[in-house]
Amino acid sequence: MKKALLILLSLLLIASFVLVSCQKKEEPAAEEMTEKAADDPYAEVRGTVVTMSGPFTDNDALKFDESIKSFEEMTGIDIQYEGSKEFEASIGIAIEGGNPPDIVDFPQPGLLKNFVQKGYVIDLNKTLDMDKVKSNYIESWLDMATMDSPDGKIMAGIWGRVNGKSLVWYNKKEFDAAGYEVPETWEELVELQNTIVSDGDAAWAVGIESGAATGWAMTDWVEEMMLRTTSLENYDKWVEGELKFDSPEVRKAIQTVADIWFADGMVYGGRKSIATTSFGDAPKVMFEKPPKAWLHKQGNFITSFFPDNTVAGVDYDFFYLPSVDPAYGRPVLVAGDIYAMFNDRPEVRMVMQYFATGASVEGWVKVGGAISPHKDSELSWYTNEVDRKVAEVIQNATSVRFDGSDLMPGAVGAGSFWKEMTAYVSGSKSLDEALKAIDQSWPQ
Amino acid sequence: MPGTDANLFPVFRRFSMSGNIDSNWNPFALAGLVVLTAVVLVGGFILLQTVQAYKVLMTVFAVVWGLLSTALLFFVLNAVAENMPRKIRSVSVAVVFAGPAVILLFWALVIPTLRTLRLSFMGAYAREYVGFSNYEFAFTDPIMLESFRNNLLWMIFGTSFCVIMGLVIAVLADKSSREKVFKSLIFMPMAISFVGAGVIWKFMYAYKGEGINVTEIGLLNAIVVAFGGEAQAWLLIPFWNNFFLIAIMIWLQTGYAMVIMSSAIKAIPGEINEAARVDGANSFIIFSRITVPYIMPTIITVTTTILIFSLKLFDIVRVMTGGNFGTNVIANEFYLRQFTYGNSGQASAIAIILLVVIVPVLLYNLKEFRRRRVLK
Amino acid sequence: MKKPEKGKRNPLVAVVLIIIVLVWTIPTLGIFITSFRESSDIYGSGWWTVLPHKDNVKTGEIELPADTDPNKPVEIEGRTATFEQWRMGVEFEDGRMLRWFGNKRSRKIEVFEEKWVGFGANLTLKNYRDVLGGGMVEHTDSEGNIISRQGSNFADAVLNSIAVSIPATVIPILIAAFAAYAFAWMEFPGRRPLFIIVVALLVVPLQIALIPILRDYTGWGLNGTFVGMWLAHTGFGLPLAIYLLYNYISTLPRDIFESAYLDGATPFVTFVRLVLPLSIPALASFAIFQFLWVWNDYLVALVFLGDQNRVVTSALAAMVGEKGQDWHLLTSGAFMSMIIPLAVFFGLQRFFVRGLMAGSVKG
Repeated sequence: MKKALLILLSLLLIASFVLVSCQKKEEPAAEEMTEKAADDPYAEVRGTVVTMSGPFTDNDALKFDESIKSFEEMTGIDIQYEGSKEFEASIGIAIEGGNPPDIVDFPQPGLLKNFVQKGYVIDLNKTLDMDKVKSNYIESWLDMATMDSPDGKIMAGIWGRVNGKSLVWYNKKEFDAAGYEVPETWEELVELQNTIVSDGDAAWAVGIESGAATGWAMTDWVEEMMLRTTSLENYDKWVEGELKFDSPEVRKAIQTVADIWFADGMVYGGRKSIATTSFGDAPKVMFEKPPKAWLHKQGNFITSFFPDNTVAGVDYDFFYLPSVDPAYGRPVLVAGDIYAMFNDRPEVRMVMQYFATGASVEGWVKVGGAISPHKDSELSWYTNEVDRKVAEVIQNATSVRFDGSDLMPGAVGAGSFWKEMTAYVSGSKSLDEALKAIDQSWPQ
Repeated sequence: MPGTDANLFPVFRRFSMSGNIDSNWNPFALAGLVVLTAVVLVGGFILLQTVQAYKVLMTVFAVVWGLLSTALLFFVLNAVAENMPRKIRSVSVAVVFAGPAVILLFWALVIPTLRTLRLSFMGAYAREYVGFSNYEFAFTDPIMLESFRNNLLWMIFGTSFCVIMGLVIAVLADKSSREKVFKSLIFMPMAISFVGAGVIWKFMYAYKGEGINVTEIGLLNAIVVAFGGEAQAWLLIPFWNNFFLIAIMIWLQTGYAMVIMSSAIKAIPGEINEAARVDGANSFIIFSRITVPYIMPTIITVTTTILIFSLKLFDIVRVMTGGNFGTNVIANEFYLRQFTYGNSGQASAIAIILLVVIVPVLLYNLKEFRRRRVLK
Repeated sequence: MKKPEKGKRNPLVAVVLIIIVLVWTIPTLGIFITSFRESSDIYGSGWWTVLPHKDNVKTGEIELPADTDPNKPVEIEGRTATFEQWRMGVEFEDGRMLRWFGNKRSRKIEVFEEKWVGFGANLTLKNYRDVLGGGMVEHTDSEGNIISRQGSNFADAVLNSIAVSIPATVIPILIAAFAAYAFAWMEFPGRRPLFIIVVALLVVPLQIALIPILRDYTGWGLNGTFVGMWLAHTGFGLPLAIYLLYNYISTLPRDIFESAYLDGATPFVTFVRLVLPLSIPALASFAIFQFLWVWNDYLVALVFLGDQNRVVTSALAAMVGEKGQDWHLLTSGAFMSMIIPLAVFFGLQRFFVRGLMAGSVKG
């Protein structure tokens, strides 16, 4: 009986095997081998695969794939990009688990720093033609890509895209209809705020909720004000950890924000709603009929959260957040994506070198949604009005500084800075307590 | 009669392989079987890897292959063990029975735990040893202290409410005619993933803000406003916001407690209840003097598992508040330190503390096992 | 197995139960209704506004003369009020409500009347379509061509989830049942300390195991495979499984095993023919929880399965959009991903209530 059962079982299994194997097996995708010309400069890398990972998906991933197509065709390298939702968690696991992609797009240099310090990242100084790279970026970009590793300072990555943050968005149609004017100076902005409030509406739409990342929008505001109320040297020191949070400069910057946010009627929903309103939902009130708020400061990615039927330049537009103290010029807060290399192979080197040129992002720029930090990119590429304006803002800035919280160590920049500012805004902590806590949390 | 030991594991000494049980396996057949098993395992795996098309067929194949392979493995290993020389036969069989579990657990959990223990004594980037400083940090950092306090709340209130509600509903549903419907509805939230639950409860607690003509879209606020009150930012209220989050866990987990205790209640022989009723006891007395003591082992089991679950829980907190506003919990802090800040030393220390905290509960459970053995 | 006396149907019990169940189900009901609404509506008004209720409906507009000064009390249609009052809405005796539209710069007054607003206002299946279709991603390139790519098929994700969940439920149960039986009724060296370790592992947060296991998988080539998922979920689920099953199997009456032993059965046969059938309530209970846990799991799938063979949870998360702008898709997604687990629950439900003593000693 037992034996019979067993034989039956085995027959069943074998039968299923046979059945399935007899089906036409799908060929694993093989790389097309284009003609091997005798002097083909890419003969060595033709048919190879370079894996890449990053936080952008959907539309952006599509645009990315489109924009690198010409390179792929020319060299025969297949760049396989896979975007991931829980990027920060999954990339950490992949890298430490011994299975990193060849190239990784980091939206936060602070996160990259962690891996550099653990020794996982390849030094670009040793693998790329640095002369070409260095000539294509302004100094700040190169400085920000230099990080500490177990073997000393290395060039940890190159910048692929940037986005501008010092932008104040508004509902253009309603703005014009109401007769408001775009402010050029801080005084004009303050006057505009007050006018809007006395007209009966809230001036600003602000929201900082973002799940586990709640508070980052507040830190952006603080950084903007730091750039506008104190010198660049102080900003840099602050990001490095030399200038403490509990210092008159930082306090002044935070106070400037608080003057706006906590003033009666200045923010839609009042102070309490700031910490509970998601950053993506916040600007929606600008597009209600009638608009319930009129101004929203945010990076240029926020346009994908605006209602679907709105048109750039017609329904919405932006103006540069004016400088507070003209002595500090017109600084622009930016953020960007830095590409780092984790596996060293000839084809990976080639792709990295390519990313250091404007051509790598040209396609993306042309369809809108990316801004290039490369010196060899042209303003004429920008077909999207808003993108071009942002690129112009960045180009015409007297100074450009990277989002501070992205540069600080993770425990602060993605931790205490966000959390303590959230606590302060929601009222559960005083400013003193919050600043002390942040300083304490700075890793030694 | 086989000896009845009053220890933890009653054993049938002579159960292990009396003389007249002999395996009827031809050694060659056995060997062939082993080979077949290997082929099935490896072959199926390769097949799964290479064939990409015919999704439905492959899915069915994957499921069938997976299950059959495991069954086959046990069968074959057992056959081999039964063929062992008499002296080691019983132990071999026992090894076959418990071995796979033990091996898997060692690989999947024990070794990583040891690794975590080691990491907890090292610095942030695992390059040098730092002694107990990570533990020092864990016990003095204000965020950690707040997390400890919150976890206590979760453990006490979350667990007790889950168990009590589960018990009450199980007992009540047992008496009603539409039992299945009620139980299913209470159980339904368990089928929702944490992300889904987060979205659902975001709509319950949503707060739009103060101002003119602000319509609240959160249900709780809408109810409060309808009764003339003022809308609140529920998740911002210091201290009490923890309870709003605990409510979510209760909503999710009570179904689990209810299901287990319900089947335990159904196992109570009806005669006992009848006899009690004949003696004049009312429902409440039956509940407290008969039902509860009878299913006490089950209650302990359920309480233990929910207690442990509440300690490990971090998804709800992470999705709803990110740990802000005073709602942080230990497991969330672990996640942050490990993956967001990249400090494996501190994260590991936190994980070890989590483990240590639970030990008393486990010891209590083991004591209970022992006690019940003796009394039975 | 004696049925509970149905003669005594206490109405109080029914009422209490109904109240509890109602409170329990309202959140889910809310999401269910929300999943049928347009994303713009979702943020604008509560979901209960879909149900029939009396609400203010705009019936007209009045344009004020341009020179009206809003800083002074304004008279409209015979009523005088300040700007703030007009803004909140002023009710007239004839049932109308007049409300100032916008801020002081506008001169528009809207007229509202209370009317019954019925069901079906603005319901849409769009959320469900978007989730099922996986979302088409498209954009227009510089030459005006529309380039599009189909997102991953939801049906594929469901198949993958099934392929992962079923074995990841049954295999742990099988292995745990064998082990629980061994711990409960067999003797072998190290039995007690091993059991204590196994139960102690209940506490371990699975996150600490992710990186070590991933390293091993990378070395063994199990990354992104179903087998990898099965092994991982089995490993994570075994402590609870063994704990629950041990609790159950250890309470089986000794007489059963005695009779089996007297009949000359081996442990294996006893296990398969006696213990397994008798343990069905416990097995079914654990099966439900394990299945639900695996089906709804996101982290383990994210780490070990990657993006090649996405499961439902990953597919849903990916649909939310890069910065979370499409999170309204989660409302319909959550519902669709609930269907199968619920079906499993209903299917296994009848196994919970099997009697313990049914025909066991007689054999």
